[in-house]
Amino acid sequence: MKVQMDWEAFPDERGYFGRFGGRFVAETLMPAVIRLEEEAREALADPDFMDAYRGMLRNWVGRPTPLSHAPRLSEAWGAEVWLKREDLAHTGAHKINNALGQALLARRMGAKSVVAETGAGQHGVATAAACARVGIPCRVYMGAVDVERQAPNVRRMELLGAEVVPVTHGDATLRAAIDEALRHWVTDPQSTFYCLGSVVGPHPYPWLVREFQKVLGQEAREQIQELAGGLPDVVVACVGGGSNAMGLFHPFLDTDVEILGIEPGGRGMGLGDHAATVARGTPGILHGALTLLLQDPHGQVVETHSVSAGLDYSGVGPEHAFLAEVGRAIYETVTDEEAMDALAELCRLEGILPAVESAHAFAGARRYARSNPGARIVIGCSGRGDKDLPILQAWEAR
Amino acid sequence: MNSPARALSHAIRHPKVPGRPALMPYLMAGLHGLDGFAERLLEVSDVADAIELGVPFSDPTADGPVIQAAARRALEQGVTLSWILQTLRGLPRAPGCPIVLMSYANPLHAYGYERLLAEAEACHIAGFILPDIPWEESGEFRDLARDHGLAVISLVTPVTPPERLRMLTADPEGGFAYAVTVTGITGGSMDARQVNGYLDRVRGVSRVPVCAGFGIRTAEHVRNLTGHADGAIVGSALIEAVDSGLSEKEFLRDLREKYLPQPPQSTNSVR
Ligand SMILES: Cc1ncc(COP(=O)(O)O)c(C=O)c1O
Repeated sequence: MKVQMDWEAFPDERGYFGRFGGRFVAETLMPAVIRLEEEAREALADPDFMDAYRGMLRNWVGRPTPLSHAPRLSEAWGAEVWLKREDLAHTGAHKINNALGQALLARRMGAKSVVAETGAGQHGVATAAACARVGIPCRVYMGAVDVERQAPNVRRMELLGAEVVPVTHGDATLRAAIDEALRHWVTDPQSTFYCLGSVVGPHPYPWLVREFQKVLGQEAREQIQELAGGLPDVVVACVGGGSNAMGLFHPFLDTDVEILGIEPGGRGMGLGDHAATVARGTPGILHGALTLLLQDPHGQVVETHSVSAGLDYSGVGPEHAFLAEVGRAIYETVTDEEAMDALAELCRLEGILPAVESAHAFAGARRYARSNPGARIVIGCSGRGDKDLPILQAWEAR
Repeated sequence: MNSPARALSHAIRHPKVPGRPALMPYLMAGLHGLDGFAERLLEVSDVADAIELGVPFSDPTADGPVIQAAARRALEQGVTLSWILQTLRGLPRAPGCPIVLMSYANPLHAYGYERLLAEAEACHIAGFILPDIPWEESGEFRDLARDHGLAVISLVTPVTPPERLRMLTADPEGGFAYAVTVTGITGGSMDARQVNGYLDRVRGVSRVPVCAGFGIRTAEHVRNLTGHADGAIVGSALIEAVDSGLSEKEFLRDLREKYLPQPPQSTNSVR
């Protein structure tokens, strides 16, 4: 049953995970991505750089985050439920692990400014905070729809010194924000550092972001063994671009642990009603990578819907497309409704308000628990839901 | 010898108005409606030296606001790659200049590279401009194109390192080299004084003619390229002109004729 592979062999030198990945960027960006890859490889192999990064993860981000046993949820589901608490990380989500790593890399490379995109605003807040901490100005592109539904995060980014630029064209969500960040980067590839927020984009980003997010799964693997005396049956995470999921999954790939990614099923399975890219997508090229996409038969990328801004994206990280294709991970969907129910349940039973994104993982885990009674489940609680008050209000009023 | 790629190089080296940069307008396919597009294209082909025909895409990350809006409009009218190829195949006569298809990767990927390249010559397509398929990713497409004598145009930019520039412009079957004049997206305005040195550098190594593109808006821009580039590609400014009521043909004539009466500037003073 278990798929055996040397998982560290991916990506290959050309940035491919099997047939997915690569580097589909404008020629203007080629020198920049080649240099980024070289500098990143050097930095990640440099003990001084990694010590500085780990030191800041500990003393500034607050790592390791706890792996919390969830007793009342366990009872309600008839399972043994553990939560990897990225909601307790500085700025409120896993995004900071990557943003801090890239900000340190930007400083090491002598970048004059940082540009980023954001969906839910969590990557934007994390980048703003990390850039403030390392002392580089930053600009964040954010879809106008998301500016509205994640308003608290816009204010936070501004307080942290970032310039937030709303993107009104295209789908006015994460895809349009990435389009615009790429356009910005291409005008100044030599002194601007593009701090990409998920395991998407051209090589080396899917690899680089995974390396910075792996801390999540490494900690969880140690913690579960210490606290529960063994590995879990399954690890579950929500998948937008897929960074919290890849961070949690990757250190478990070489075990027998089942791996379950949860995608947003939105309001139904019609094209445009969801953002279930692995479950429903087809191979295509967007934002620098060959991956799975939600697209029409003519290769036009379609708009998506999800109640969560951070999962509302028509592409997905190429490594997820690969894990799905080789059968090492399973990807399922939950609807807006199921996610919002799970969010309420976690509030009620565990006293934790998760991000709407993370709530998808809970809904998916609950379904798994039903068909696997007694299972030991580790859920990635990728972020906290303080930012989601506008979405929760709109949901109640619908 | 007479491959479409070679014919494309020839058309650029021997423009309709000798001694001046070849003119290559960028047309977004079907922008002004599906009906009448074929006639429009043919009309432009009689004035232009080559046509860059744009396939609209939902996420044109190399383009500024004007071409983004054009892509959106074309998509709203229902333009697809299949429709474009069908229209080209059914042209009532051969166009008066070679056509180069400009497309982001995904519409081509969805159509299928093999099928596209097998059909291209019958569609009067001499080559392809692929703004998000860099050299490293273009192997499969390039091999198929070569089998059909079609050009895969290399883009080079002001930040392309010298060895890479040499590699990108070494293939004599490459049609032409597309020298991007600005570090950025389409729709800006180029600074002639800044680009001529760069264009000379590209021309110094390239085994195919060099066409400058991005930010070329006026007859003066085109005039300044004389002696530094073999051709000028005009996109956003053309779309804007057509939106303000000119025809493509009129705008292209203006680009040529407005500079014709003026004496060419000495290349030294431009540098
Ligand atoms: C809390 C939280 N979880 C998950 C995501 C989705 O991103 P990814 O799939 O890269 O983890 C986001 C994105 O904004 C987020 O804020």
